[in-house]
Amino acid sequence: MKKILLVLFLTTLFISVNNSISAQCKGYAKKLCKLELIPYIHDGNYHAAILTEGEEAELYKTFYSGQDYRIAVCGADPLNIVEFQVIDAYKNVLYDNREHNNARIWDFKLESSQQLKIAVKVPDGTGESEYPASACVAIMFGFKEN
Amino acid sequence: MRRNCSISNLTKIFFLILIFCLGTRCASDKSKQKHKDANMADYLSEDDIFDDIDKAKKIFYALPSPLETAMLIKSAGATYDEQLLNSTQNTGNYTTNKSLALNLGIYTTDLSFASLFDQAQASVKYMEAARKMAEDLDITDAIDDQTVKRLEENLNNRDVIMDIISETFLNSSSYLKENDRPAVATIVLVGGWIEGLYIATQLVDDKPIENNKLVDRIAEQKLSFKIVQRMLEENRKNQTGEENKDITELMSDLTGLKNAFDKIKVETSEIKVEPNTDTNVATLRSQTKITITKPVFDELREAVKTLRTNFVQ
Repeated sequence: MKKILLVLFLTTLFISVNNSISAQCKGYAKKLCKLELIPYIHDGNYHAAILTEGEEAELYKTFYSGQDYRIAVCGADPLNIVEFQVIDAYKNVLYDNREHNNARIWDFKLESSQQLKIAVKVPDGTGESEYPASACVAIMFGFKEN
Repeated sequence: MRRNCSISNLTKIFFLILIFCLGTRCASDKSKQKHKDANMADYLSEDDIFDDIDKAKKIFYALPSPLETAMLIKSAGATYDEQLLNSTQNTGNYTTNKSLALNLGIYTTDLSFASLFDQAQASVKYMEAARKMAEDLDITDAIDDQTVKRLEENLNNRDVIMDIISETFLNSSSYLKENDRPAVATIVLVGGWIEGLYIATQLVDDKPIENNKLVDRIAEQKLSFKIVQRMLEENRKNQTGEENKDITELMSDLTGLKNAFDKIKVETSEIKVEPNTDTNVATLRSQTKITITKPVFDELREAVKTLRTNFVQ
């Protein structure tokens, strides 16, 4: 009986920790990363996940002509630097934030509508820590009429 | 001695749980990976943008949100017609997860559309309708009394209203994704996107479709339709491999729309980036060639109408 209770307790603890990490990610996107979009209007979509050093993510989105867009890619502490590239269907890199001091935002407008890929990478750690660091990474979009 | 024994048991149980959890996660990742590979062949020849897709750990697909959809229609020259929006008297008709999710998206697009045209009373009405859908989907705190009050206090301030809509949509989409209900989040987005397509197609009059900005914007939605298909495919099965009936049904519902979009050609040229050091807003220069005939447009309009009628009834 004691063992069953213990198992239940530990399982609950595990789920709670998981939920708490998710909630932190949600809070980070809403309260911190979203601020990077000002003065653009956030589109309301939520794209965020816990990433570990060395891991990658990709996002596919259609961007339309006639609007100004801002992309914000942010990593919570301790992932201060998150690399991102914007790539077109011909696999041309249109923007690479490593060439812009690892900027968190990029503003652009389009002459014609296009499907683009946002490739995100958390760089490998410096090796100082025994374990690779993990934290929330959010990709957010703002827009305004041009 | 007895204490040592219980500590040892405790450690064993802890490791057993840890191994179980890691094992489940790995199995789930593998199953997702396998699922993704199986779908690759269907799309590779069509969509160059999606090449090398499975190199990344996490894949996101982004559809225009209800707010962006409404903005896209308005900027293409749409006018406001409340008759086209889903009546708020229908809220009581929706009881299943699928209909609630679809109509959360639909009412949020209607709310965004009304707000962009400064329709104060309609905005409040549609916020209440969206709130009912969210509550019935057990999305807690996405839209509360405070949100409605803030909306009512800022009815003459479009920027604040748009911020409120964006925040409420973020609340519901993040709640669904963080609570392992990504399929519901996808259905909400599809509902909102279809509503935008419905409003736009209904606003095109009987004049020739050539050089019509609204028709071009509608045809360009073919690009987002590819994303809709991928989002639905990704959510077709849950982590345990079980089929999600709502998603399967929705995929089948979209067949008419797919047939119409298949007859539209959207070709895009390579992009040249033109930086602007004064404004810091780069311009992506490219050309898009859209091929659509009047019969194909009529077929698309009919397919959207049938779909949307089915969603709101």
